[in-house]
Amino acid sequence: MPKVSMTVNGKEVSGNIDSRTLLVQFLRDTLRLTGTHVGCDTSQCGCCVVHVDGKALKSCTVLALTLEGANVMTIEGLATDGKLHPMQEAFRENHALQCGFCTPGMIMTSVDIVNRKGNKLDEQTIRHELEGNLCRCTGYHNIVKAVAAGAEAMGK
Amino acid sequence: MSATGVGASVRRKEDLRFITGRGQYTDDINRHGQAYAYFLRSPHAHAEINRLDTAKAAKMPGVLAIYTGDDIAADKIGGLICGWMIHSKDGSPMKAGAHPALAQGKVRYVGDHVAVIIAETLAEARDASEMIKVDYKVLPAVVDMNDAVKQGAPVIHDVSGNNTVYNWHLGDKAATDAAFAKAKHITKLDLVNNRLVPNPMEPRAAVGDYEPGTESFTLYTTSQNPHVARLVLSAFIGIAAENKLRVIAPDVGGGFGSKIFIYAEETVCVWAAKKVGRPVKWTSDRSEAFLSDAHGRDHLTHAELALDEKGKTIGLRVHTKANLGAYLSTFSSSVPTYLYAPLLSGQYDIPAIYAEVDGVYTNTAPVDAYRGAGRPEATFVVERLIEIAARETHTDPAQFRLKNFIRSFPHQTPVIMAYDVGNYQASLEKALEMSDYRNIGKRKAASAREGKLRGIGISAYIEACGIAPSAAVGSLGAGVGLWESAEVRVNPIGTVEVLTGSHSHGQGHETTFAQLVSDRLGIPIDNVSIVHGDTDKVQMGMGTYGSRSGAVGMSAIFKALDKVIAKGKKVAAYCLEASAEDIDFKDGKFSVKGTDKDIDFGSVALQAYIAHKFNGQDLEPGLKEGAFWDPTNFTFPAGVHICEVEIDPETGVTRIDRWTAVDDFGRVINPMIVEGQVHGGIGQGVGQALCEGAYYDKSGQLITASFNDYCMPRADDLPSYNVGMTQTPCPSNPLGIKGCGEAGAIAAPPAVINAITDAVGHENVAMPATPLAVWRAAQNAVARKAAE
Repeated sequence: MPKVSMTVNGKEVSGNIDSRTLLVQFLRDTLRLTGTHVGCDTSQCGCCVVHVDGKALKSCTVLALTLEGANVMTIEGLATDGKLHPMQEAFRENHALQCGFCTPGMIMTSVDIVNRKGNKLDEQTIRHELEGNLCRCTGYHNIVKAVAAGAEAMGK
Repeated sequence: MSATGVGASVRRKEDLRFITGRGQYTDDINRHGQAYAYFLRSPHAHAEINRLDTAKAAKMPGVLAIYTGDDIAADKIGGLICGWMIHSKDGSPMKAGAHPALAQGKVRYVGDHVAVIIAETLAEARDASEMIKVDYKVLPAVVDMNDAVKQGAPVIHDVSGNNTVYNWHLGDKAATDAAFAKAKHITKLDLVNNRLVPNPMEPRAAVGDYEPGTESFTLYTTSQNPHVARLVLSAFIGIAAENKLRVIAPDVGGGFGSKIFIYAEETVCVWAAKKVGRPVKWTSDRSEAFLSDAHGRDHLTHAELALDEKGKTIGLRVHTKANLGAYLSTFSSSVPTYLYAPLLSGQYDIPAIYAEVDGVYTNTAPVDAYRGAGRPEATFVVERLIEIAARETHTDPAQFRLKNFIRSFPHQTPVIMAYDVGNYQASLEKALEMSDYRNIGKRKAASAREGKLRGIGISAYIEACGIAPSAAVGSLGAGVGLWESAEVRVNPIGTVEVLTGSHSHGQGHETTFAQLVSDRLGIPIDNVSIVHGDTDKVQMGMGTYGSRSGAVGMSAIFKALDKVIAKGKKVAAYCLEASAEDIDFKDGKFSVKGTDKDIDFGSVALQAYIAHKFNGQDLEPGLKEGAFWDPTNFTFPAGVHICEVEIDPETGVTRIDRWTAVDDFGRVINPMIVEGQVHGGIGQGVGQALCEGAYYDKSGQLITASFNDYCMPRADDLPSYNVGMTQTPCPSNPLGIKGCGEAGAIAAPPAVINAITDAVGHENVAMPATPLAVWRAAQNAVARKAAE
């Protein structure tokens, strides 16, 4: 089986994998980073969003072998030195999660929204930008609040 | 109120692991040496299996075993069950067709389980499945309920020649007919309650494991009620005795009803683990979830409401056809019967009600409980009828409701339920205020100036929750009692573990339950841990559904805490050299009445375990108490939701401009979590009203089988919600809790449709009110206005 090497959450990792292995399968099955979830099979739900070279990507849409040398960050890598990322804090503070299954993808997408759109986000922008992430528990109300609060906190 | 006590919006204890990716869901569990299961499913809605040839597939790389219905039968593994017996009005029992975990000679819906392939990897199992040859004799399929009951329709189960599971009824037909005979006005309505797919974000999964040294099985599964799963897998399906079967439901990513049921896949995984001598893992992909998770709703209803000359409701009659799919799922039979018709009185004084329900087999996935389960269907019937009756009699819909509300409690409805307490006008008046109902005319005019149509819709819902008194549900056909259990284990240094039979899959029990315990014992909330979801830890429980964990689960904890405090008083009495009757317990301290002698909770716990101060014959050492709570009545959460929409008649797009919710859930432990439950329920209810719908074509193919085709509400489909509360504490449990989990999903659909029909001036807009459906109705409205 071919070998792939990349940086995941700051660590050099590699694995010999079946060539049809998706990035999300490499993360979950080979690296046992199970914080990245699989909620669908049509790239609709966003539960599997990670950052690849600094940009949000649905990790079910890319073959792991195509990411030789890439820099990947998953939800497990977002907190640094034991300190939660402001977006993680905002999700907890605003009760933006219930079952928690969509949450890793939501948070990774939300950080990416702020990276692209800045720290002042209005409700309409947030709702539009979250179009690639499904949540079945919250009705989105508190997620929208959390993204706005997290965005602001990231600017401080 | 303390910062972490009852009534405080405490931030959730469980969140840290979820926001850091450290949750542990079933698919995150990997057992040493595990193999992977893949199910070969039927591509046909109705077919006989002439021949099944697995020989070539069995030789594919990595394949460990392939099993079919013959293997299940040879091992005498029982079929899946339906645990609620319904009798038809002629007294005959429901017609339940056999439901084997792997098909035996016949398949009855697309997605039905034909064979399981177990291999070293999932990819190898999938590859091998393509090499299985199945010779099907395809039979005509029937997906439409009206077609299914016609003479000559394809017969799905031999036990029911007319595809009818039951013809059930409730209420007094003669009294209802008499009310209609003297009515001054009758409102008639035909309704479709659209079929939905629950779609929790975590797909179902199972890992079966067998330990030959102890001859014991472990099943990790995405369950809302692991003890019920163990009971069914042991007592009915016959996997193993209960003491040899451990069921663990770890973090579960949403359920909404669909994870109550005991399905074929977990049955096969745990059974196969012993046969192949390896742990066996199966994880549903979303396409499989669409095909094989139990769906929700799917009713066709004709309903009539009778009014007297003063516009007072005097009678209601309802005839519903309920689609139960190809097999009876675990609690399916109860959903359109006892969870539906007893709610048809709504919040209204209606002296005579008669309901008939025909449960129908079709060649579609089984249909069972989905958030609200029967109660949203009842509320949709009642609130659409009430709204239209108000319009037809030229009465303001709010005034019409106020006129017909039940005003005194307790109130016995003509359909079983005895409402204990409520104040419906208070919720309505508060919701009218919050929604600025009185100025809707001005807002409609402003929208009209922009070429838009604005409408407002009220929904006054009631539900029966806290399910339920065991004796009551037993008399109605339930196969189980619906109490809940709790065990409070106090450790020697005063920290506490609470074991509960409730299961949290998003509801935040680790926080709310700990709030109650911390509050009552006067100890820090961080000293309290909630344990759930493991049959080897928690002795027995009935799980979480029907908004029952607060009203029933927490009441069991409350009762166990009473016992802990009573025992603690006895220990404290020895320590303080006083009589137990003279000991008070308050704010974490045991004290002797009228003195300054006291001892804190942690010290009493230590003394209970050291047991130096008392004779073990008079008082047992230790501090651990258990309790079972069996409710004395259902609880009756109720409230009013008001939806205001603006419609673009050129595109048919409905934008929800305002959402007001005023709910009476009785006593609230954590307002933040309760509001979150309301938000989520509304989201699902709006999804049903505006975009969701599961459709089969005539041949029985599910044509909405992915998130590409089935419209899940996204962030920009939904509004923000303005949530308020009123409170009448529930008298039938010690905490006064009524339950909040399903309210939004029950209230929302009629609120949306009442608003849309108000905007377009047209009584019939079916759910889902897609832009096309609304555009058609709106174009009619514009044309009608132009003609006027």
